[in-house]
Amino acid sequence: MNKLSASELTATSSQVRRDVLRMVHGCKSGHPGGSLGCADFLTALYFNIMDHNPDFKMDGIGEDIFFLSNGHISPVFYSVLARSGYFPVEELKTFRRINTRLQGHPTTHEELPGIRVASGSLGQGVSVAAGAALAKKLNNDSKLVYCLMGDGEIEEGQNWEAFMFAAHQKIDNLIVTIDFNGQQIDGSTKEVMGLGTDIGTKLAAFGWEVLDMDGHNHENILETMAKAKSMAGNGKPIFIMMRTEMGYPVDFMMGSHKWHGVAPNDAELANALSQLPETIGDY
Amino acid sequence: MKQFEIQNVKDTRSGFGAGLSELGKTNPKVVALCADLTGSLKMDAFQKDHPERFFQVGIAEANMMGVAAGLTIGGLIPFTGTFANFSTGRVYDQIRQSIAYSGKNVKICASHAGVTLGEDGATHQILEDIGLMKMLPGMVVINPCDFNQTKAATIAIAEYDGPVYLRFGRPAVPNFTAADQKFEIGKALMLNEGTDVSIFATGHLVWKAIEAGHLLAEKGINAEIINIHTIKPLDRQAILESVSKTKCVVTAEEHQLNGGLGDSICQLLSREMPLPIEMVGVNDSFGESGTPDELMKKYDLEAQNIVDAALKAISRK
Repeated sequence: MNKLSASELTATSSQVRRDVLRMVHGCKSGHPGGSLGCADFLTALYFNIMDHNPDFKMDGIGEDIFFLSNGHISPVFYSVLARSGYFPVEELKTFRRINTRLQGHPTTHEELPGIRVASGSLGQGVSVAAGAALAKKLNNDSKLVYCLMGDGEIEEGQNWEAFMFAAHQKIDNLIVTIDFNGQQIDGSTKEVMGLGTDIGTKLAAFGWEVLDMDGHNHENILETMAKAKSMAGNGKPIFIMMRTEMGYPVDFMMGSHKWHGVAPNDAELANALSQLPETIGDY
Repeated sequence: MKQFEIQNVKDTRSGFGAGLSELGKTNPKVVALCADLTGSLKMDAFQKDHPERFFQVGIAEANMMGVAAGLTIGGLIPFTGTFANFSTGRVYDQIRQSIAYSGKNVKICASHAGVTLGEDGATHQILEDIGLMKMLPGMVVINPCDFNQTKAATIAIAEYDGPVYLRFGRPAVPNFTAADQKFEIGKALMLNEGTDVSIFATGHLVWKAIEAGHLLAEKGINAEIINIHTIKPLDRQAILESVSKTKCVVTAEEHQLNGGLGDSICQLLSREMPLPIEMVGVNDSFGESGTPDELMKKYDLEAQNIVDAALKAISRK
């Protein structure tokens, strides 16, 4: 698979965002806010950063693999999987509809290519990714394991068990990125459950390498992820503080948690799509 | 009534440890995880012989289940080890989403099940685990009766592709099944053929059922005794064949009546062959501190309770 440049990634992520909005609008449910916020990162992951094979094999041996812990941003995950060749782009229109492989939250149960574990009940993805990374070590597989999690999700205690475990076991082939948008369903993450300090400081104290990244700048994403890859194998798991804005870049969807889990109506969809160029072609 | 020779008296958790140790030698895909109970789970030998395939996760069972799910993705076969309470209720959602719904090949191995955990009391004595686990779609639930059978079951589940809950216990109990047995998941084992009542028992209650069979024989009652080591999938054919002959039933388990083996058999028979059924188990109660023997007696899990249930079932024919 050809690796896209930063400018090509930006164009592709515009199409991914159109997919997200049209999928959520089509079934009148889903989570557009976080999906839009992570579109730049996931597009970069699947079209540049990871060495992966759209001819899907569950074991992922010999390729980089990805786990989505914050499964509610399934629309953006499905879009990048379809757009990178895991399944037909046309299938995006079945999102959340009866008999679909594109369940509300990702699952292996319907055998959708590209999904390696179910997620949605929060806080479980880092543990699974750590296990998969250990398996790569046992299999002498030098490829990497990536995981994306939400920042509200970090309130789940299992994450902290996993952070301890990954550092203790020196799982240094694991790169976890947090979608640091500062928003969750009931308000800002600071209002709902303050951490006392920033997440990066906590992770560093747990023994992780911590990097900072602008999640809406493809040049910065590529540069930071290249640095993260270069740190693999040094005895520490790697954590990336990805600064994003929920709803980005749709003007009326940014700046609050309102669009976490609400579908746009017809007028709102039209407004949002007018801000996002159709670069590859709608499904 | 058939006589069974007690080879020795051993704990079923040691059967698990022996089985895991053997798997370590024979199957390089087998890995083990433990949540700070390596000695209690008898996983020490595996840990010593295969340190590269053993993962101490600390007192963090939720993470253990997730890590195990992840290990399967690279083709490994993880066996998790902790007490039954912490293997099920504490981590139900992790098992539900990351293992069962995701169809992961994890073997959840659970010791100290039931009241025979003893003195630690009800916080640690889970009596709901069979019910919790059997409700999960696709989950296999196994509760072997002695050391030899637990060892054989441990070895057998490595060959099965899919999530399994393997339940065993703490106390030493009579070891009477064959050391060289081949364990077949889902296959009920006939222990004594009889005509008057079918006794279906699982786990520690299997030996109690044999003792009950002798007591019933003294009263001239010929009990059929069947070891249901696999609660799910249930051996429907074996149960229906037995009951069609005896026309009444007793179930026996160290578990809540709600959700256990008896509950599964009631569901089967009420649909297929409604007949008198009596159930030996814990009746909607938590356990408490005490010795295993004291607790089995207090919670009506003795051979005499099975005898009384059999007499009642026969009287209702």
